[in-house]
Amino acid sequence: MKKQRFRIYFSKTEQMRFTSHLDLVLTWERTFRRAGLPLSYSEGFSPRPVMNMAAPLPLGFTSTGEIGDFWLSDVLSLSEFHPDLKKSLPPGLLIQETEEIEDIFGPKLPTLVTAASYLIILDAKPPDLPEKIENLLNSASVIRDRKGKTYDLRPLIQELNCDISSPSKLQMTLSALPGATGRPDEILAALELPATGTNICRTEIVLDTNGE
Amino acid sequence: MTNTKILSTLEKILPTVQLPGRYTGGEFNQVTKSWESVDIHLALIFPEIYDLGMSNLGLMILYDLINQQPEYSAERAFLPWTDMEDAMRKESLPLYSLETKHPLSSFDILAFSLPYESLYTNLLNSLDLAGLPIYSSERTNDHPLVIAGGHAVFNPEPVSPFIDAFVIGEGEEVIIEILDTYQSSQDQDHSRQQLLENLSQVEGVYIPSFYQPHYQADGIFSHLEKLNQKAPDTIRKRIVGTLPPPPTKLIVPYIDTVHNRAPLEIMRGCTRGCRFCHAGIVTRPVRERSQEDILKAMEVLIPDTGYSEIGLLSLSSSDYTGIVELIQAINDKFLDQNIAISLPSLRIDSVSVDLMDALAGKRRGGFTLAPEAASERLRRIINKPISDQQLLDTAREIYQRGWHTIKLYFMIGHPSETMEDVQAIADLSRKVLSEGKNIIGNRAQVHISLGTFVPKPQTPFQWVGASSPVEIKEKLDLLQKEIRGRGLKLNWNDPEETQFEAWLSRGDRRMADVIYRAWKMGAKFDAWNEHFNYQRWLDAFSQAGIEPDFYTTRERGIDEAFPWDHIQSGVKKSVLLQDYKWSKEEKIRPDCRGDCYACGILPTYNDLRHQNPGPLWLCPEVIR
Repeated sequence: MKKQRFRIYFSKTEQMRFTSHLDLVLTWERTFRRAGLPLSYSEGFSPRPVMNMAAPLPLGFTSTGEIGDFWLSDVLSLSEFHPDLKKSLPPGLLIQETEEIEDIFGPKLPTLVTAASYLIILDAKPPDLPEKIENLLNSASVIRDRKGKTYDLRPLIQELNCDISSPSKLQMTLSALPGATGRPDEILAALELPATGTNICRTEIVLDTNGE
Repeated sequence: MTNTKILSTLEKILPTVQLPGRYTGGEFNQVTKSWESVDIHLALIFPEIYDLGMSNLGLMILYDLINQQPEYSAERAFLPWTDMEDAMRKESLPLYSLETKHPLSSFDILAFSLPYESLYTNLLNSLDLAGLPIYSSERTNDHPLVIAGGHAVFNPEPVSPFIDAFVIGEGEEVIIEILDTYQSSQDQDHSRQQLLENLSQVEGVYIPSFYQPHYQADGIFSHLEKLNQKAPDTIRKRIVGTLPPPPTKLIVPYIDTVHNRAPLEIMRGCTRGCRFCHAGIVTRPVRERSQEDILKAMEVLIPDTGYSEIGLLSLSSSDYTGIVELIQAINDKFLDQNIAISLPSLRIDSVSVDLMDALAGKRRGGFTLAPEAASERLRRIINKPISDQQLLDTAREIYQRGWHTIKLYFMIGHPSETMEDVQAIADLSRKVLSEGKNIIGNRAQVHISLGTFVPKPQTPFQWVGASSPVEIKEKLDLLQKEIRGRGLKLNWNDPEETQFEAWLSRGDRRMADVIYRAWKMGAKFDAWNEHFNYQRWLDAFSQAGIEPDFYTTRERGIDEAFPWDHIQSGVKKSVLLQDYKWSKEEKIRPDCRGDCYACGILPTYNDLRHQNPGPLWLCPEVIR
């Protein structure tokens, strides 16, 4: 029985960089069980805990901007919920904020996502990076090939800038709508930057919460 | 390489390999002690990939115990999968510990877990990846001490040139004694030789370099010559009098592993006496954990780990005294918490069906039964006396209670097995299926898994000649032809892989050369179908000038000395021999919990039994 809905804003740090989306869900389930907090479970032959991540994070990325919704089978106050959960977290997960979502059966998190921001620490220090970015942003379209399909990367870029102090950083906000999701590694490729040795961090998932 | 260099190299290569989560460590409940704060650093190594190694309960028990000692630390290491190994070799990255990322070469002690023989080439590969000489004789005080334990080392000889010291039996107490001995030897600036001599005085420790095997002109082992007079003549396995509290702060992997659940050992040892069973002999005597302790441990395990499944481990769940009451108590306490309980190795009877019924909830997967052999004659020979009727009655009960699939486990290649006995596997499987069809119609399924019998050292069948791959192939062909049709499914092992296991399990010290040569030619991950290469092993045998069949198909004489006779499980060789003779007469040795037949355990561990009176040992009380 879903009796309460909490939204957790969290970081997935270095130690869990290589934990897949499915294993992250399992890690959350175990964190709740350690904390003794009653997650709501689905009905049926193989009951699963009811939770929802805003958007899966690619393997190898870190994040300071993850969002997940969790349904409980009991009603708790935020002040009971938050500290118990915090002390049961594994290394690699940090909770920034927790809020209760009044509308228990309201729209699911993934349907609210519109964009995501990323911060990339670059291994190399390309001197002509600002010009390359300018060229990219000035192009009417940036046709790229991914898994045998061509698509236009340009309209997916909402924001893109860099900081060429040491180490060089790249900051971007990319559209994240069904069928129109920008990937930060594609931006790297378009800028002819190597993907290896770079550290990609998702800093924010932008939600459209008008509907909520 | 320093640990900071290791970290920066990992940063570079991890994004390029499959499942990098295997190589990072840092999981919930990992114990990390600062390197400088401890005197002795020990690395626990399971020479397989992380996904398998993290399910090794023995490793977790030792990890917990060693790390409770402030002056000692235990870290973990596993073998990288081949893509990671290639990347590591390319970057000259040595095998390192998951906790502090120190190279294994900077540890004081490397402790390998060797539960089964197909890990031997991986053991060599681990030493090589750690940058250490493979042979013990080439290592000095500048290298870590290399020790090994686990069920496979009840015949340590095939890997003895690579290992400095073996630990025979249960590690809980002896591992601390080894650490203490290491520390005091170090305090006194003892040489490696002196350290080994000190270790040889610890009960249960075997220093192979202190012994030299000799062989007869026909190649058969004759005797072991002692090279160091202080070393013991025989090495008696270590056991604990009472099972220590189970570890509950288990490391919880971030990635999916083979048994992604919390293991909880409820009983050690087995009284059944199946003649093929190695574990059943080497883990005697039976010691149970009390129901109260099990429930207490479960209550802590859940908040300590967050696991949703708990595996209650033992060699024979149904034989745990009061198993019905235990499961009832578990259900009363944990049923509402979405916790699944698994109960392996159930007997073929209606009590087992009741137990599974209580645990299974709504989900009914396959119900596993292991008759091992399909004819009553053969089951008398292997000492697993179940009647066909008992099996069919149990099968009917299982289908009636809502299961659709019964998994049957059989072995082929049993001593004296005929083609009629093999045919009986198909016939019996069909009878089980028809029980199912009578109850649930065409939804009934029988899945048959075929293993191949491998004669194991320290068992009543250690004298038996193993079947050749040709004979096994013929039996497999028959079953592949016979077990067909709706509702029947057959799985089997590659006969050549079984042959390989048979070489190693009853090998002598000369086998080390074969293992070394096979590894040099690229053998590793031999337990993995895609890596095992039979021809490579045959080549290694021929290069070493050793006849492979000598170790397998040859029936051994009843007065033959065995290369592992100095390793004592506590069960007397004369009792094993009597049991072997009984098997030829199809004579049953009843479960010894009713009547003690003096297997040798009680006189060997008389003191321990005396210190641990009461019902938790299944052996009779010692009166003095």
